[in-house]
Amino acid sequence: MIWETIKLAVQAIFRNAMRSFLTVLGIVIGVAAVIAMVTVGQGSTEQVTTDVEKLGSNVLMVLPGQDAMEGGPASTAYSLFSIRDNDAVQDQLSVVDIAAPLSIARSRAVFSNENRRTDIVGTDNRYFQAAGWELARGRFFETAEIQSGKPVCILGETVRSELFGYADPIGETIRIKTLSCKVIGLLQSKGASTFGSDQDDFVIMPIKTFHRRIAGNADVSTIYVSVREGVSTDRAKEEIETLMREIRRIGRGEDDDFTVMDMKQIATMLSGITDILTGLLSAVAAVSLLVGGIGIMNIMLVSVTERTREIGIRLAVGAQARQVLTQFLVEAIVLSLIGGLIGIVVGLALALIGANMLSIPFTPDPKIIVLAFAFSAAVGVIFGYFPARRAARLNPIDALRHE
Amino acid sequence: MNNVPAAKTPLIALHRITRIYGHGETEVRALDGVNLKINKGEFVAIMGPSGSGKSTAMNVIGCLDSPTGGQYLFDGVEVADLTQDQRALLRRHYLGFVFQGYNLLARTSALQNVELPLIYKGLLRAEREAAAHEALEKVGLAHRALHDPSELSGGQQQRVAIARALAGKPKVILADEPTGNLDTKRSAEIMEVLQHLNRTEGLTIIMVTHEEAMAQYADRLIWMVDGRIERDTPTQRAA
Ligand SMILES: Nc1ncnc2c1ncn2[C@@H]1O[C@H](COP(=O)(O)OP(=O)(O)OP(=O)(O)O)[C@@H](O)[C@H]1O
Ligand SMILES: [Mg+2]
Repeated sequence: MIWETIKLAVQAIFRNAMRSFLTVLGIVIGVAAVIAMVTVGQGSTEQVTTDVEKLGSNVLMVLPGQDAMEGGPASTAYSLFSIRDNDAVQDQLSVVDIAAPLSIARSRAVFSNENRRTDIVGTDNRYFQAAGWELARGRFFETAEIQSGKPVCILGETVRSELFGYADPIGETIRIKTLSCKVIGLLQSKGASTFGSDQDDFVIMPIKTFHRRIAGNADVSTIYVSVREGVSTDRAKEEIETLMREIRRIGRGEDDDFTVMDMKQIATMLSGITDILTGLLSAVAAVSLLVGGIGIMNIMLVSVTERTREIGIRLAVGAQARQVLTQFLVEAIVLSLIGGLIGIVVGLALALIGANMLSIPFTPDPKIIVLAFAFSAAVGVIFGYFPARRAARLNPIDALRHE
Repeated sequence: MNNVPAAKTPLIALHRITRIYGHGETEVRALDGVNLKINKGEFVAIMGPSGSGKSTAMNVIGCLDSPTGGQYLFDGVEVADLTQDQRALLRRHYLGFVFQGYNLLARTSALQNVELPLIYKGLLRAEREAAAHEALEKVGLAHRALHDPSELSGGQQQRVAIARALAGKPKVILADEPTGNLDTKRSAEIMEVLQHLNRTEGLTIIMVTHEEAMAQYADRLIWMVDGRIERDTPTQRAA
């Protein structure tokens, strides 16, 4: 009998081709939307993580303050670092390969008629090495330029193209605030980071030049550390923390007024941003799921009259309520399965296309697939089954007379 | 047919059956205390003005509707005591219904419509198709077996409905105006089919009709007015 019931259900599906098609479509839309969006969202999260890891799993950043992890720039209430702090980290700790001081300000760089607001960074050659910057043209700083704070600078690709267009910047002079500064080098582009921020949007000058001519103080806002090979970042982090506590005279039981972040932490902080993205996409997907569900519901409810009469006819010729219900249940399940499977295929295909277009990894998540499928199937089954159940409980004549 | 011994249980026995629609002001007594006994093998015609409760009576007898009050014994069994499923089995194995409004499945071929009761009787596909074809032949519609109801005339749909009632080889046929949409010649053919089944296979037939001529095929004529049986007499043919 169950085999008969399945055949009856399949017959009913084909007999009501339009209704079946619309139901399947509703499920396909719901399932596909959720899978595509969440998969793309998760792909970009993963992209962030791998990108950050590519930056160097051996990189640590020492930042002032404790709230750096909460995002945003460190509170200015904390005292910044000095060159001496940086050099202490560099010289006293064998776990540290390179420590580079960074001081950063936002300012306008001007060349003839062009100008751009950009990050002005004061540092020295160690930073290029630690962060893996390569020259596209020109040269890095000379020792004399660093020591005496000469007005020379190295451009990021974005600043170059904004100020110089297609012209060669080397040897030209740009102006930042009151400082006229000769361009001696151009860095190779790193492009946009995963979060869309432009990594090439800066002008770098010797830190002494920066202190004297831009900042007017001798503060260092970040110590950029690359850990010696073979040393775990955790150990390096501990040693840096101990040293910094000494230098900054933080007593036992007192809280640090600085933070040493490793890339894992930076990655978590940044992937928080993509979590928001995933959340947003999920919300959109949930809406599509709901819309698909409402579509299914509508189709099912619109056809209730006809189906109720069908149930009346079947009951009148001797079907038991249970048999009719099994048929309707099987019908709903078959439609949901078909819709769900097509939805999964379409959703994954869309996600794959999206992943290719955004050049992020394609990472389908079985949990989401199951979830989207289950929800749509539930909607299909509930709205296919429950009106039928009500009808099957009626006197056959009432089902037949249903209007 | 009236010489059946009194001791024998009638196949159908209605005792003070009422069927009331609505409440209070709008109350309609579609059946108002109907007493009726029908024995196995009888061919009964029910006539009466429109709205007199003929269809309602058929629905109650066919276990499609539950009476508001009274007692209905089918072959000695109190129908009200049966579960919904048991009533379904009763309809499946004993009753064939021809509705006044046909009630065919839309977008389903005549053949498949006729097969429907056979599916629930558990017949195999080949048996079903053979039986359905045979039934369609009896009503002269074999050549339209694969057409959907929407492609058939009213009279043809009515004949499909009759074929569906016949196909399951029930013990009782309940036909609500089975010839209402047929011409005289077709009507006569259908009546002859029914009469033949009644005579050769002992099929019990209860038929509602508005035509005196059709009623004459039956042995017994029941006249209903306002939800009551006003007259219950043998037909001229039986007499
Ligand atoms: N579902 C219903 N709700 C309310 N009243 C009903 C319902 N069905 C029938 N009636 C009423 O019950 C009475 C009997 O109806 P029924 O259909 O049995 O008449 P009938 O004798 O078959 O008439 P016809 O010859 O026109 O088919 C009518 O007055 C009708 O209005
Ligand atoms: Mg009627």
